[in-house]
Amino acid sequence: MSKVASSPYLDGGYSLRGVMLQVLLALVPAYLVYVWQFGPGILITTLLAMTTGLAAEALMLRVRQRPLWPFLSDGSVLVTAALLTLALPPLVPWWVVVIGTLFAVVVAKQLYGGLGYNPFNPAMAGYVVLLISFPLELTRWSAPQSLLADPVGLVDSLNMIFGVGGTAPVLALDALTMATPLDQMKVQIPLLGSVEAALASSPVFGAIGGQGGEWVVGAYLLGGLYLLWRRVINWHIPVALLVGLGLMAGLFHLLDAARYPDPLFHLFSGAAMIGAFFIATDPVSAATSNRGRLIYGAGIGVMIYLIRTWGGYPDGVAFAVLLMNMLVPLIDYYTPPRVYGHSS
Amino acid sequence: MSLLHEQDFHGGLRGLPEHKELSTGQPIGELFMPSRLVLPLCQGVGAEAEPVVTVGERVLKGQLLAQAKGSLSTALHAPTSGQVSAIEPRLVPHPSGLPARCIELVPDGEDRWGELPRLADPLSSPPEVIQAVIVAAGLAGLGGAGFPTAVKLGVQGRPVKTLLINAAECEPYITCDDMLMRERAAAIAEGIQILRHLLAAGQVVVATEDNKPEAAAAMSRALAGLPECEILSFPTAYPSGGEKQLIELALGKQVPYGGLPLDIGVVCLNVGTVYAVRQAVMAGEPLISRIVTVTGDGANSPGNYEVLIGTPVNELVAHAGGATDGVERCIMGGPMMGFMLPNDRVPVIKTTNCVLLMQTEVPAVQQPTMPCIRCGACADVCPASLLPQQLYWYARAENSEKLEHYQLFDCIECGCCSYVCPSRIPLVQYYRAAKGEIVEQQAARAAADIARQRTEFRAARLAAEKQQRAERVAKKKAALKEQGSNPEADAKKAKIAEAMKRVGKLEAPSAESADEQP
Repeated sequence: MSKVASSPYLDGGYSLRGVMLQVLLALVPAYLVYVWQFGPGILITTLLAMTTGLAAEALMLRVRQRPLWPFLSDGSVLVTAALLTLALPPLVPWWVVVIGTLFAVVVAKQLYGGLGYNPFNPAMAGYVVLLISFPLELTRWSAPQSLLADPVGLVDSLNMIFGVGGTAPVLALDALTMATPLDQMKVQIPLLGSVEAALASSPVFGAIGGQGGEWVVGAYLLGGLYLLWRRVINWHIPVALLVGLGLMAGLFHLLDAARYPDPLFHLFSGAAMIGAFFIATDPVSAATSNRGRLIYGAGIGVMIYLIRTWGGYPDGVAFAVLLMNMLVPLIDYYTPPRVYGHSS
Repeated sequence: MSLLHEQDFHGGLRGLPEHKELSTGQPIGELFMPSRLVLPLCQGVGAEAEPVVTVGERVLKGQLLAQAKGSLSTALHAPTSGQVSAIEPRLVPHPSGLPARCIELVPDGEDRWGELPRLADPLSSPPEVIQAVIVAAGLAGLGGAGFPTAVKLGVQGRPVKTLLINAAECEPYITCDDMLMRERAAAIAEGIQILRHLLAAGQVVVATEDNKPEAAAAMSRALAGLPECEILSFPTAYPSGGEKQLIELALGKQVPYGGLPLDIGVVCLNVGTVYAVRQAVMAGEPLISRIVTVTGDGANSPGNYEVLIGTPVNELVAHAGGATDGVERCIMGGPMMGFMLPNDRVPVIKTTNCVLLMQTEVPAVQQPTMPCIRCGACADVCPASLLPQQLYWYARAENSEKLEHYQLFDCIECGCCSYVCPSRIPLVQYYRAAKGEIVEQQAARAAADIARQRTEFRAARLAAEKQQRAERVAKKKAALKEQGSNPEADAKKAKIAEAMKRVGKLEAPSAESADEQP
């Protein structure tokens, strides 16, 4: 509450809370489309993650003897929780959500010094811990509602997430899940011999990406464009990421179209779009100069392609982001901008 | 075809709340006589001027009170006739809030001019003569920093391609240059002609923001018919009036690091300074008054006033209709780069362009500072293309090596970074402190260097003395040896030894060992 001791005495009215609220607002279209396409489960897991995140943050702030209110109200926990849950299958068991959120908030964020000091993206760190620890739960992706005879409702979702009713929900869940498009593509190309055959092998594929999923991806793109318009993010990271991924996919698609799907499939499948606009743009763990951000974004894009195509996992956004997080100090060191009047 | 290369500078702020209309509603207020004048011997940069008057002396208006001392100092003149009542430290308008030596003058009310050395026909006078007038008139940049005008104009034969007149006045609230151009464009045009003649400048560019259409129109009427002379009106963006930013904006060139605008053939002067040059050369008046904007939501009657240098701020504010109740702060300069006054009795100096009375506490300022999230909003708006987020990190770590690596000293302290920071970090405050600390460290290092040099010099001197002594001893020894071959001396020595034995001494001290003692 101190009076400013020196100029400027004008106030731009910018605040962290404002930035975080803009990010959450930009995610609203994606949530709406998600619920429409995959049922209301995502809302339950998100609320659960947000509550857990706030509680964990409050506890850690108390332990670290930091003021509670400014940090709890800055909105950063809510963004982390939203991004983590959007990365998880929508009907994932509640304890998976809780463990992932706790790791993201307690370990990846607070143990590194809290807001502004975490070298790794907390949501992605939490996601990777879950992916490695609970591969089964993390790969049980719901089929789009349009492919289900009986669409999943709120009560079904609650039952499945909280495991009410013993083993029945798990069995029911098995009936509701199917491989993701990226997974299907990865597994089927070697078996069936071509992208064409793989695409024909399952109804999970949509017009350009995944059935239902491509709509969610479109909503991420919309939200991302909103963030660009409101200048919450700069264009450098998302454009570099999408171009990096698109160029890699395009290059290999040109070399052998039967074995490598086209760039649009890569851009509109999995977490590429949310990664480009919402995850890689997390400023704390990203490169800091615009030139550095181009390198950082392109690196993530290229790495997503490498992991998807030759790695052990169907998608690679989280690993790509965390790996590039490690390179940030190096990138920052070599990419300072040219200061006025200095020769380049 | 335009000679200009209009180009944007990096960063900056567009759409700042300007509040300029507050103070442009009435004409420039006429000079008034305050009860006393306090004239700091340092009016901006450089060393204090050296007083040439004594306490009790009566002086005439325009008479020299203190002469420039050192290359960056400016002369000081009596703003009115009266009596020197004190030469002593007083509180001055400086961000440090520390007192500095001032001359206090009590006006006699007659306002009687002394002799004025005006030039009848400056455009046919030799440049050296005009330059001498400008040096004598104590002109300093009226735009903000107060750099001595004579130093800027002392181009010493180097070619000046462009004389750039800074009429941007980019800070919110301030309108003194705007009103000056509206009302005294003809005199400014005369100043421009004198300066162009003095500098042999090829081209003149008057650069202003597009929020001053009346001023631009007045200037273009006054400059009509002058060859190679243009008015450039560019979109309003803070800090377009920074010298380096203006040069980039108007001419598409950057001043090289560590260099001066003159290195790229540019001399840049504030429009108020141009008017002061005209007054000095054609009317013989030294710099004893200037136009000051008194404004803000705490000013009863915001406007511009012609003010004598040395007028206490409280008397100016009273003359300008007074302040409203509950004024929270009194700022000298603009809201982006100005500083809060320690009290309202400090005087107006040559660089005082604005007295800003702010009533309301900015609500958002009351929010606490949050950690930096490296969002880079600061880097996006930095007109020097610095990375303020990295500078902040290293300023907090007091890592002066890294601060210099990230070019801390290229920071112009414009305040854009602080303005946009979502974590509400007072970034510029950190940079000012860090700069001060590094300068202090360097001074300490320089002092230590001098001390070390002295120690080394002393050691060398002692060594030399020792060597000289050793040579002397050697010479003496040699001489003694020569003497030693003298049988007479040997006999004498033997006798002495014998005598010493008799008094019980075991050994007689030899001449050599005595001599060896230091």
